[in-house]
Amino acid sequence: MIPELGHLALVIALGMSLLLTVVPLWGSWAGNYAAMRVAPTLAAGVTVFCTLAFACLATSFLQDDFSVRVVASNSNSLLPPIYKFSAVWGNHEGSLLLWSLILSFWLAAVATFSRGLPTVMLARVLAVMGAIAVGFLSFSLFTSNPFARLLPGVPADGNDLNPLLQDPGLIIHPPLLYMGYVGFSVAFAFAVAALLGGRLDAAWARWSRPWTNVAWAFLSVGIMLGSWWAYYELGWGGWWFWDPVENASFMPWLAGTALIHSLAVTEKRGLFKSWTVLLAIFAFSLSLLGTFLVRSGVLTSVHAFAADPARGLFVLIFLAIVVGGSLTLYALRAPAVRSRISFSVLSRETLLMVNNVVFLVATLTVLFGTLFPLLMDALGAGKYSVGPPYFNAVFVPLMALLVPFMGIGPISRWRDDSYQRWRSQLLLPGIVVLALAVLLPFTADQGFNIWVSLAVLLAGWLLAGLVTDFRERARRSRGLLAALRRQTPSYWGMVLAHTGFAAVIVGIVATSQYSIERDLRMAPGDSETLAGYRFEFVEVQRLRGPNYLADAALFNVSRGERDVASLLAEKRRYFASGSMMTEAAIDAGLFRDLYVAMGEPVGDDGAWAIRLHYKPMVRWMWLGALAMGIGGLTTVFDRRYRRAVTAASPAEASHGAPA
Amino acid sequence: MNLVVSAIAGARRHALRIVATGLFLLGLPALAVIETYEFSDPELERRYHQLSQELRCPKCQNQNIADSNAPISQDLRKLLYERLESGASDAEILDDMVGRYGEFVRYRPAAEGATLWLWLAPLLLLASGALLLFVLLRRGRGEAAPPVSDAERERLEAMLAVREGDTGP
Amino acid sequence: MAPRLKLFLPLGLFALLAVLLFRGLSLDPQALPSALVDRPMPDFRLPRLADGETMVKGDIVGEPLLLNVWATWCISCRVEHPYLQRLAEGGVNIYGINYKDDSEAARAWLDELGDPYRSSIVDESGTLGLDLGVYGAPETYFIDADGVVRYRHVGVIDERIWSTRLAPIWADLQASSGSPGAVGAAALPTAAGIGEGAGS
Repeated sequence: MIPELGHLALVIALGMSLLLTVVPLWGSWAGNYAAMRVAPTLAAGVTVFCTLAFACLATSFLQDDFSVRVVASNSNSLLPPIYKFSAVWGNHEGSLLLWSLILSFWLAAVATFSRGLPTVMLARVLAVMGAIAVGFLSFSLFTSNPFARLLPGVPADGNDLNPLLQDPGLIIHPPLLYMGYVGFSVAFAFAVAALLGGRLDAAWARWSRPWTNVAWAFLSVGIMLGSWWAYYELGWGGWWFWDPVENASFMPWLAGTALIHSLAVTEKRGLFKSWTVLLAIFAFSLSLLGTFLVRSGVLTSVHAFAADPARGLFVLIFLAIVVGGSLTLYALRAPAVRSRISFSVLSRETLLMVNNVVFLVATLTVLFGTLFPLLMDALGAGKYSVGPPYFNAVFVPLMALLVPFMGIGPISRWRDDSYQRWRSQLLLPGIVVLALAVLLPFTADQGFNIWVSLAVLLAGWLLAGLVTDFRERARRSRGLLAALRRQTPSYWGMVLAHTGFAAVIVGIVATSQYSIERDLRMAPGDSETLAGYRFEFVEVQRLRGPNYLADAALFNVSRGERDVASLLAEKRRYFASGSMMTEAAIDAGLFRDLYVAMGEPVGDDGAWAIRLHYKPMVRWMWLGALAMGIGGLTTVFDRRYRRAVTAASPAEASHGAPA
Repeated sequence: MNLVVSAIAGARRHALRIVATGLFLLGLPALAVIETYEFSDPELERRYHQLSQELRCPKCQNQNIADSNAPISQDLRKLLYERLESGASDAEILDDMVGRYGEFVRYRPAAEGATLWLWLAPLLLLASGALLLFVLLRRGRGEAAPPVSDAERERLEAMLAVREGDTGP
Repeated sequence: MAPRLKLFLPLGLFALLAVLLFRGLSLDPQALPSALVDRPMPDFRLPRLADGETMVKGDIVGEPLLLNVWATWCISCRVEHPYLQRLAEGGVNIYGINYKDDSEAARAWLDELGDPYRSSIVDESGTLGLDLGVYGAPETYFIDADGVVRYRHVGVIDERIWSTRLAPIWADLQASSGSPGAVGAAALPTAAGIGEGAGS
């Protein structure tokens, strides 16, 4: 009964989102305010029924209803309840439903927090998002129904959730990531609504900015969680692999980063309007492209979402309608003014343009690299692979190129600035940073390393700009405390995000350059020393978990006379699937991780294949990304956005006339 | 000095790129395989690690031969080890692998032929971006028309009741 | 370019991308053509399965042949086996590579199921397989009279695949070999003919 109820809810949600697309748009065209005003109500309806459908699927999972096909294939009665719940999105159908659910949350959020928008604008925004919901709900219903039953022939038990996904990280990683992906639909909807209305102005930028920042923040944290999860769960210490499906999540992030900076210029200075709109369309298009790449099977990825050409075709048609439609609208309606520049070459505008150029080039490079094998295949030119060595080689220099400009950013002035001012402010901090960059790597255990030195230089330069800027602010507001109090949330958000980026740079480079990895044959009683840490293999234990048995290797780690940690690395065998998994043991620290993973038994003398890692500063990467995410969220609390939200009536009067 | 490298072909690396994507695979990892190679020179071991990570397993989904426990990857690791010990250069080994399995096995595409475009693309993109930037900035000189007209600004101020003068982007 | 026209640029680029993606739907990213196509098959010096006598490339090259990679551990090979026998009965010249297998088990396998091969080459360590670029079993190489690899088929050969895809390739090999001993086109085993012959 419950699955049928869920199915029905999904159908109703689809019906309501169809109405949400059609009625308010017609209203905005015909000047019918009643029709426009139903948009928030319909949006709430879509949210309610999507939530209901999702709750029904979750209930089926929790109740072990193995007559439902996705439950039978992705759950098991022995699975702990929390993983039964997260198993809902551990498969194609359920994750698609999660997509729709999160889209409906964004719909509800826009409907709730944008009461201050002109009626026409809000109606159009919600209608565009409704159209996206139509696409995804029909994708669910027509090609990937999560509620399909296995009747007759209900299995006695389910196939189990892939053990890799039985992990806390995987409970929250997909929802956060989807919050980001889907969140760009809001920026997209604002852009399309503005194009429909023919009015692209600073107000439009101010409305879309907080939404875009939030989506970007979620995407940052989502990607970071995925990377962290790979590191501890996959048992060999890697954290980024440039797989096509990873790139699919990274490209919207790169484009989104360009977008949030471009929106800043559009809001503050009214510049680059066409460009910003295009970026908003681009960022969301890349989200959709990611969906296509992941679910169509056109590229070889380690993710084996069953490749299904019918699904691929569906997403492609949807992609063509959404992206093709919005780009057509863009071509017809975007202001075609010859870009006139009202700022000097040395100004914050220019620096932000550099940001946009670099991030756009990075996005297109990743896109080209990801699609290159497909392109060559389509041209009949043969089979090629593009992998991590390529992406690292092109991506890292691009980011390095960005940082010098990024350091100047915070101290720069809008409209017109001068080289003399930059030099007088940054010369001294620059020299200090340079000295640090040369000296600091010597303090590392592994000694001086040119790449680490460069990373410190770049990160330090970034921070130098931030600190110099803050000192300037403190001077202006007479006193540190006063200065701290006076700064706005958008300022703090920027500071956090940029500081986070500096931490990411240092973390990535230090861990790549200084990591030590050893694969060894070890028996209990053996020990091995790595970077001054002595790993002693104490014994092998047998453990029993709720749905698995494990061999566990106990290691005592010491440094000199001091005991550092006791690590228990497991190798599990899950009952239902019979699959084997290594569960790495990690002693985490701000400056280094110690990592033990257990492989197979070797030979007959009780020895095991053991992997030991020493990973310096690997946490900086994730903490930095987390800071970026928190920074993005912080900006939303800026007072001017709340003003924009509450300033209802005058806006209506001046801006509300239908086109 | 004899260095021992045993490849823990992490059974789960198979699956790993779920990462950062919210995606899930169906294929479950096979059992891990372990080999022990003794290198005559630590430099060879370093090259072994690097090359085994840059060579793609021809049969797998999207894995290098260092991570894959497919039989073909074992064979290729063995071949790689033997070629390294016999003194072959990186280029010779790569040519050899490409000769057997095609360009497909190279995760680092060659900077020649069709894949040269792959390496040129970022440079070309960056150059055109820089050019565009340059043209825009040059064109702008001396043409300082305010992009937000005063009238428009007033309208916006009224609409948003904005307090100007806040901070950064 | 007129400013308005410039705004159509993104749309145009997207259209190109969409065409590419559409094309992608009908391509198989996993299919990997052999790197050895149009190149001589590699030399080898390996024992014959039947009697352990050493075989070299010269022993098998001379007329067009199929080189079939098989093993007793390969389940698909068992599926393919009856059809290979039909092909052999129809006059197709097939050699086997017994790939990474136990020779004892392999001989028993052929005794039990029949032997479609002129000879099977024992490739216990997989070196010939590696030289050929084999990445699994079954795989079948089409080699012409000069010993040049002309085609590789990955996976099971069955009647449908033979008649639609492989028979023409085989016919080409026969026709171009020009050796007087080669079977004329009329005498070629066609899919229908083999199918009938094996209809029992």
